[in-house]
Parts: sequence; C-alpha cells; structure tokens
Amino acid sequence: MTVESTAARKPRRSAGTKRTAAKKPPGAQPELVQLLTPEGKRVKNGEYDAYVADITPEELRGLYRDMVLTRRFDAEATSLQRQGELGLWASLLGQEAAQIGSGRATREDDYVFPTYREHGVAWCRGVDPTNLLGMFRGVNNGGWDPNSNNFHLYTIVIGSQTLHATGYAMGVAKDGADSAVIAYFGDGASSQGDVAESFTFSAVYNAPVVFFCQNNQWAISEPTERQSRVPLYQRAQGYGFPGVRVDGNDVLACLAVTKWALERARRGEGPTLVEAYTYRMGAHTTSDDPTKYRADEEREAWEAKDPIQRLRTYLEASNHADEGFFAELEAESEALGRRVREAVRAMPDPDHFAIFENVYADGHALVDEERAQFAAYQASFADEGEGK
Amino acid sequence: MTAEKMALAKAINESLRTALDADPKVLIMGEDVGKLGGVFRVTDGLQKDFGEERVIDTPLAESGIVGTAIGLALRGYRPVVEIQFDGFVFPAYDQIVTQLAKMHARALGKIKLPVVIRIPYGGGIGAVEHHSESPEALFAHVAGLKVVSPSNASDAYWMMQQAIQSDDPVIFFEPKRRYWDKSEVNREAIPGPLHKARVVREGSDLTLAAYGPMVKVCQEVASAAQEEGKSLEVVDLRSMSPIDFDSIQASVEKTRRLVVVHEAPVFLGTGAEIAARITERCFYHLEAPVLRVGGYHAPYPPARLEEEYLPGLDRVLDAVDRSLAY
Repeated sequence: MTVESTAARKPRRSAGTKRTAAKKPPGAQPELVQLLTPEGKRVKNGEYDAYVADITPEELRGLYRDMVLTRRFDAEATSLQRQGELGLWASLLGQEAAQIGSGRATREDDYVFPTYREHGVAWCRGVDPTNLLGMFRGVNNGGWDPNSNNFHLYTIVIGSQTLHATGYAMGVAKDGADSAVIAYFGDGASSQGDVAESFTFSAVYNAPVVFFCQNNQWAISEPTERQSRVPLYQRAQGYGFPGVRVDGNDVLACLAVTKWALERARRGEGPTLVEAYTYRMGAHTTSDDPTKYRADEEREAWEAKDPIQRLRTYLEASNHADEGFFAELEAESEALGRRVREAVRAMPDPDHFAIFENVYADGHALVDEERAQFAAYQASFADEGEGK
Repeated sequence: MTAEKMALAKAINESLRTALDADPKVLIMGEDVGKLGGVFRVTDGLQKDFGEERVIDTPLAESGIVGTAIGLALRGYRPVVEIQFDGFVFPAYDQIVTQLAKMHARALGKIKLPVVIRIPYGGGIGAVEHHSESPEALFAHVAGLKVVSPSNASDAYWMMQQAIQSDDPVIFFEPKRRYWDKSEVNREAIPGPLHKARVVREGSDLTLAAYGPMVKVCQEVASAAQEEGKSLEVVDLRSMSPIDFDSIQASVEKTRRLVVVHEAPVFLGTGAEIAARITERCFYHLEAPVLRVGGYHAPYPPARLEEEYLPGLDRVLDAVDRSLAY
C-alpha cells in the first residue's frame, strides 16, 4: 500500500482506479506491491498493472536476460576477488529484480545516483561492467564519466548521494526539464542524517526525485530493526510525500512502481520513496562473514523467493521463452564472464603520476610542486639503475 | 566607473549581484539569505531582484545545503552557499571533505564542482559561543579545496568574482569583524590572480604575514614599529590554499625575519605550515626562527575574554621584538 501525504494527489489518467487509503491496525504486516508471486504467477494489481500493461514478451525476456547477466557478472567479480584480482567486491546477489526493474524504468535523460552495489542499475544504464571494477581493483576511485550514461559515480559513504540527487533534481526543475532523478540507498542508510535532509529538501522544493531504498534486511551485521521502528516506506509520510513498499524480488513490480514514481516526478508532483523489500543473499562484501550474525534458515527462506527463478517460471508457463532462448543466454552469460575476467586481468596499474592528476580543475601550486618533487625522486632511482 | 568607497560586506553583495547578472547559472543558497539578506545582510536585496529561484532560502541543515549544492553543480549550476557562522559549518564538513573536494578526481576530471562556500569567520565582535571561530586550516588541509580570505573591500569584490568563476570548490572565509570597514573598490581593474599574495606595506627589517582580519592589525603594528624606527613589511596572503610561498619567500629573503599572524589556534595552523616551508626555502637567509602569533589551544573563549585570546597590537609587537632580538 502507499502512504499518502495530506497534500492532494492529482488523479492518474493511466490507471483510472481510485484508491482509498486503507487503515491498517498497528503492528500489522504492511502490504507489498507484487505482480509476480514467488511461484511465478502473475497477479492483478489495480494500482500498478497499468505501468506494465503493454510489456511485450520480448521485453520480459529482456528483463530476464538483464538479471541473468548481472548475476553472472556479479559472480565473476566475486571470483576475481577470491583470485586476488580485486581488492574487494560488494555483491548484489539476490537484489537483481530491484535493480533491473527500477533501472529499466528510467529514461535516457533521467539521472541515477547509486551506492556502491548498483551493478544491475549500471548495466541498465549502459555502463560497461568492466568500468565498475576499476575501483574494486584499486586502479581508480570511480573512473567513469557520470554524464556519459547519466549514472553518477559509486558513492561509498552511506547516504551522501541522496543529497546530490536532490540537488540535481532541483536543477532539473529549474531548467524546466521533464527528466527525473533516482537516488539509491539501503536500509542502513535510512538512519543517516543526509538521507533525512534529502527528504526534507526534496519535499520543500518539490524536487523530481525518486528515493529507491533497497531494504535487503541487513546493514553488514545489523538487521533493519536496528535502523527503524516503522517500516521504512512509512518514513515518507512524515515528510509529506508518498511511500510504497514493493516486492524487491519481483522485477515486474519494481518496474511498475518505479515507473509510477518517476512519472509523478516528471509531472511535477515531487518526490516518492520506494522501499524495495529484498534480501542480500551474499555477504555485505567479500570481507564480511554473515555466518557470525544470521541464520542459514533465513537465507533458505529467501532462496524460495529468488527473483530470477520466478520470472523464468512465468516465461516458461506463458510460453514467452523457449529452450533455445535459455541456452543462448547461458552461452552469452559465459562469454560475459570470460570478457570481464580477461578485461580485469589486463587492466594496467595506473601511471604513478596519476596521484597528482585531476586533484583540481584549475590547478594548484602545491600539487605542481609536489609532482615535481616526486618526479625528481623517481628519476633518482632511474639514474642508480642505469649506473650499475 | 572609477573607484568607489564601500564596506567589505557591501563589496561582497555587489560582487554577488554582478555574478548573478552575468551568469544565469549562478545561485545563492543559505539560511536566511532571502528576505532577510543574511544575518550580516551580505545578500541584502538579491532575492528581491533575482527571485526565489536564484536566491534560495534553505532548510536549516548545513549538510543538506552543501549536498544539494553539489547536485546543482553536477547539473551545471554554480552555487554560492552561505554558512551562517564559522562554527556552524561542521554538519556540512563531511559533504565538503568527502564529496565536494574529491569528486572531480574520482571522475578522472570528467565533472567539475564550481561551488563557493562563504563562511563569515573570526572573532572580535563580542559574539556568543560558536560564532567567532577560525577553522580555515581544517579546510586548507584537504586536497581538492581552495581556501581564500579577503582583508579589504576591493579584494572581497574581486576575489568573490574569481571564486565564482573558478571550476574548483572554493571556501571563502569572510572576516566578519571587517564587514563594516570601508575602502576603495575599482570594478574595472582586476587587482591580480586569486591565489597571489600581496605586499601591502613595504619594509626591510621583518616580514609580517597575515590574512583576513589580521591584515589590518599587522598594518597597525607596522605603523607602531615605524615610530620605534623598525621597518616592517606586511604581506596579505589572501589565499590559504594554495599559499603563495614565492611571495613570502621573496619578502623574507629581503627582511630575513618572519612572523605569521592569524586568529586561528597556532598549533598545526596555517602559520605552522608557513614556518616549515619558509625554513626549508630560506634557511640561509633567516636571522631568526619563524614565529607565530595566534589563538591558543583552547576553545574560543567567552566574549569577555576574547581580547586576551586574539592577537592584537601588543602581542604581535612582542613577537616582532623577540624575532629582532635573535
């Protein structure tokens, strides 16, 4: 269910249904927007069906392909870390539907502000997956041009990017553009002051931004209950904009709800909070050990809700995909893994002088001085070597 | 137009007005900067003339102000942010240090962050706690930021123009106790590059290096010393990052003695860096160790004690005497 602000919401032409805000007794489980059950059954939803009503079998197969390839890329990156090729990896395993559904809802001119785990969203935006690995290998601290794909750099400090997204959205509104902005963050980030401030700013300036919270239940070792007494999507109500909880393992529902929220933003109706209820199937990062703080049974229960399997069941049951499709995708998957592996292994260490590059746009006397000192120091070694 | 006399605060106001006029991407953001014109009236009248879309009253959340300014800069705007008082900047410190300073480098130069953060700083106005601090070293220490402070109306006008035109983030420290001091501003002649120091008084016996509110104190010190037959040179540093060490060096090679003066605590302050660098650069020229005069390693005291805490004429003269005694 959605939580409405007291401000009147304009009726939506596309859906045509009028919804009454249902009152839930305290303590009741909040409803989840779901279009595809864990068993792969398509269920009707008067509110959000309209946003995926015209989806074609080809597009459904596309969503499936995106999720499979993202998972394959993610698995390859985890392996590369284990092989010592990456210093660290933050796996998105289990969150493919939340990321692909929301990522595919964005338009080319929309702008995305990710955390450091949005590999699936990056894929949707057309960022080459190998670009994501530079910072985890330690050859750069970001490395891609954010404006090439309207996909900002990964932000590691928790929640900071929600303010950048809000400011960017304020700029979009000033420009009179009908683009929207989407900020990703997690359940842990919901406790950050910057996230609270981004809610305040976006609300009072009516900024066209969607806050997409992937509640994957765990902030490293801390469960969501350590972050909030209320379901996270309900936080929106206090700020005066709608919040909705969506099944984060249902790619169709994530697509529909995000489209709805982005369209609200485009129409000038301001921010929306989407809480994608999902699960981090893997560790926080390759440095983490989840066996110390959570039970296997919990993970097993979520395995039954796997985002990829449920769409596959649906595709097969509705004859939208045949064996040939799955076999071809398997081959494409392996090819992607191979390409990523080879690209990472071939990634050169940066030039030593990269330390001093791009510290400032307009230059800085001290950086110039220290670069020269560093050059002289390095040159002194070269002389010794040649002398012997 | 020839030079006209105006207060330092008015010069900044005029500079902001010029920038708003010249470039539609320039925005003013901050608490009370709109109708009120800021608590020091530096943005007085700007919202009336440029509208609420360009002169933006923000919620009372400094991290939010700077964080959204970063987003606006990414969209192509050039936000000029006001932090109401020096001691209120710290909620924004994370956004400034962790995000604003590093983003250009993280993007391998592909994006620029032309954000100016204005901070009225320093003591001497009898204010309550957290309204009199000098945190410039905490920003100068961070690569990716540029840090400047004008000491007079002309520099306030021109340095603000240059800061807004800079493609790098600039922390612009405004000497609040000099806001009402009037001096000549010539709006047709740029006095020099943003990060270049200026010799404001020539002398031969000792160099006083200062910036912001302390430049005036050092000029008074030089006048007092003159009566005792001592010739002091005063260098207005203007920029704390980068620091124009070449100009300080040139002065010290002439005078052979250096005293650095700032309101900020001496320990690990701007003066410490200058002392170290000038010792390296001028080791064979120096007749005395570089001395520093500044605040103590204590919280900024209650207003009734600030005269004891702030470097004034006598404390600087004492340091001058100590240097000359070597």
